[in-house]
Amino acid sequence: MAVQKVDLTKVKPYGDTLNDGMMQLSFTLPVPYGDEASEAAKILAKKMGLNEPSVVYSKDLGIGYTYFVLYGKCTHTVDYTDIEVPKVDMEFMDKYEVEDFIKENIKRDIVIVGACTGTDAHTVGIDAIINMKGFAGHYGLERYKGIKAYNLGSQVANEDLVAKAIELNADAILVSQVVTQKDVHIPNLTELVELLEAEGIRDKIVLVCGGPRLSHELAQELGYDAGFTTGSFANHVATFVVNQMVDRKLI
Amino acid sequence: MKSKLNLDPNVIESARSAAGQIAEDVQKFIDKHTTVTVERTVARLLGIDGVDDIDKPLPNVVIDNILEGGGLPRGAAFWIGNAVVQTGETPQEIAKKISTGEIDITKLPLSEESEIKEAVEKIAVQTVKKIKANREKRDEYIKNIGEGNKPYLYVIVATGNIHEDIIQAQAAARQGADVIAVIRTTAQSLLDYVPYGATTEGFGGTYATQENFRLMRKALDEVGEEVGRYIRLCNYCSGLCMPEIAAMGALERLDVMLNDALYGILFRDINMQRTLIDQYFSRIINGYAGIIINTGEDNYLTTSDAYQEAHTVLASQLINEQFALKAGIPEEQMGLGHAFEMDPSIENGFLYELSQALMAREIFPKAPLKYMPPTKFMTGNIFRGHIQDALFNLISIWSKQGIQLLGMLTEAIHTPHLQDRMLSIENAEYIFNNARNLGDEIEYKKDGIIQTRAKEVLSKAEDLLKNIEKEGIFQTIEQGKFADVKRPFTGGKGLEGVTEKDEKYYNPFIKLMLGGER
Repeated sequence: MAVQKVDLTKVKPYGDTLNDGMMQLSFTLPVPYGDEASEAAKILAKKMGLNEPSVVYSKDLGIGYTYFVLYGKCTHTVDYTDIEVPKVDMEFMDKYEVEDFIKENIKRDIVIVGACTGTDAHTVGIDAIINMKGFAGHYGLERYKGIKAYNLGSQVANEDLVAKAIELNADAILVSQVVTQKDVHIPNLTELVELLEAEGIRDKIVLVCGGPRLSHELAQELGYDAGFTTGSFANHVATFVVNQMVDRKLI
Repeated sequence: MKSKLNLDPNVIESARSAAGQIAEDVQKFIDKHTTVTVERTVARLLGIDGVDDIDKPLPNVVIDNILEGGGLPRGAAFWIGNAVVQTGETPQEIAKKISTGEIDITKLPLSEESEIKEAVEKIAVQTVKKIKANREKRDEYIKNIGEGNKPYLYVIVATGNIHEDIIQAQAAARQGADVIAVIRTTAQSLLDYVPYGATTEGFGGTYATQENFRLMRKALDEVGEEVGRYIRLCNYCSGLCMPEIAAMGALERLDVMLNDALYGILFRDINMQRTLIDQYFSRIINGYAGIIINTGEDNYLTTSDAYQEAHTVLASQLINEQFALKAGIPEEQMGLGHAFEMDPSIENGFLYELSQALMAREIFPKAPLKYMPPTKFMTGNIFRGHIQDALFNLISIWSKQGIQLLGMLTEAIHTPHLQDRMLSIENAEYIFNNARNLGDEIEYKKDGIIQTRAKEVLSKAEDLLKNIEKEGIFQTIEQGKFADVKRPFTGGKGLEGVTEKDEKYYNPFIKLMLGGER
């Protein structure tokens, strides 16, 4: 434990001394390499609230642009005691507990349809949650007794996902968004919610999204029941889905 | 050369011969069929380009017209040739008249077959000459201004806007890149036509169009002269328009094409008959144009486990090699793919990765192997990611890979930012230079971890190939033996575009490019 007491109402970045405010940044400015470029980077850092900015490295990127590594001392503070982050707040069950939960409380097989939608071609997220093998030692939903899981793969149109969910009479839909460009995942996720509402089935379905750039808060803002980010496994998602089904009487 | 991995040449030979038999069986099927995109390619190679007033590409207009008249089994060259003889006009003029309804191409009176062929060959020979001239121009550039050392540094641009792509591509070349790949916009692979003209809108990439190819080629020639290295241009010869993209690339002097025999089937759910027929003609064109093809074995490893399924990569490489040979692609143009995708938490994982890379090098000694970076186990911790990429770079120079798709420290976060690309190039250049001849200095412990692993993978690949040889590749894919993906023979996209040839089928380019002088 650190020796000094941290004032949680005024938190600052830590470099090697409490409250030194030290931050490291790297970025590019669209100006030619040279002293003026470094000066521009420092001025920008000051405007961001970084005192004593120091460009420790800069490099010509070859098209009249310059790359910087910069350190500065942050002048801003954060009141940590005043923070509330919405989370999927529950005790997560493991695979066997989920299976028992389904047997006791739902008493039928549940159907989960998952896809990586829109323009995203990266299936790692949805594969980790659904495929038999799972990820990092956590089996995927396909291996759960009592769950019929369908992985539709990548670049699935929202329309197709909804059609498949209706066809299979799905209890839950999982949407993965891994690599996105210019925030295209936001309108894409919103569109799915709108489609489900238009079909009149939004209330009958547990709707979950996941991906490295998603949070539970963002997911809820977009109209999802939950959002899972990096570090989530199949049992987390399954726990949430089966609990929702019981809570919302979707059995 | 003696095998440093102590691989048994008889096992390699047996695996290769099984792959040869697999390709031979499929070739019999391919030779009996054609597809709409193969015929649109013939139309393009006969000079048909542009769009009609609703932006439908003229090659599609012409082939749809032939299809409506039931003429596809004879081949587009036959009908276009007949129309040339009958009207005395060029294929392009004829295509325009089809688009306005002035000509119905299969309803014209029929000329003598010899006359038709004479008319077609006259045009076809000119096109083939043009492609050959492009090939010679590339050779000349490389002779005069030089090229980068292998492994070539391969980077991706993917802004969606060809003009923005050009800025990024030129920057990458100045930073040291040797190959620029313009990622295609999402789902272009599922379009059954090729868009036309310069494009500025795309998601996750930029449309592959002939005009975009031309613009980027020009920009890379300019920057290549400036930096004193020929900069290669890469695009994606996959999806429902494989051979058309190949033709466009051959005409605009692309240098590298992603061109896998099975990728579209497994990962884009394109019908297997369609893909196998399409890949054949696309590879004939790529082979003739001197284009290095890149196969997509790396994709197997992002969907299934890289350690467990390593033998499927080798099996697929051997199959891709045999299909490529059938299409006249020399070994020097076979950029067979593989990847550094094992779970970094595996003890001695580096040794297994090294073993796999060395094995590919020994089994395909002349091929410019394409090595793909870690993606599956990139976490968002960009500092750790940079180290994973460094290990990947070390294996590449050690095992003498041909083309290095640079790993990005920001993989799994976003498409590369300008500085990400610079940092990746710097990483690779540092390691390649610092460890240039490492591989020449090292021999491997007899029956040690590295040798044993290579032997096991080779032996499993041999078993798999013998199994496929027995069952046939169509059945193997139906059963999901590649990448755990199952695809039915008559399922997937694009099957309706497959047609059986009739006995008078005619396509002059197969002979001109496969049999002709290189």
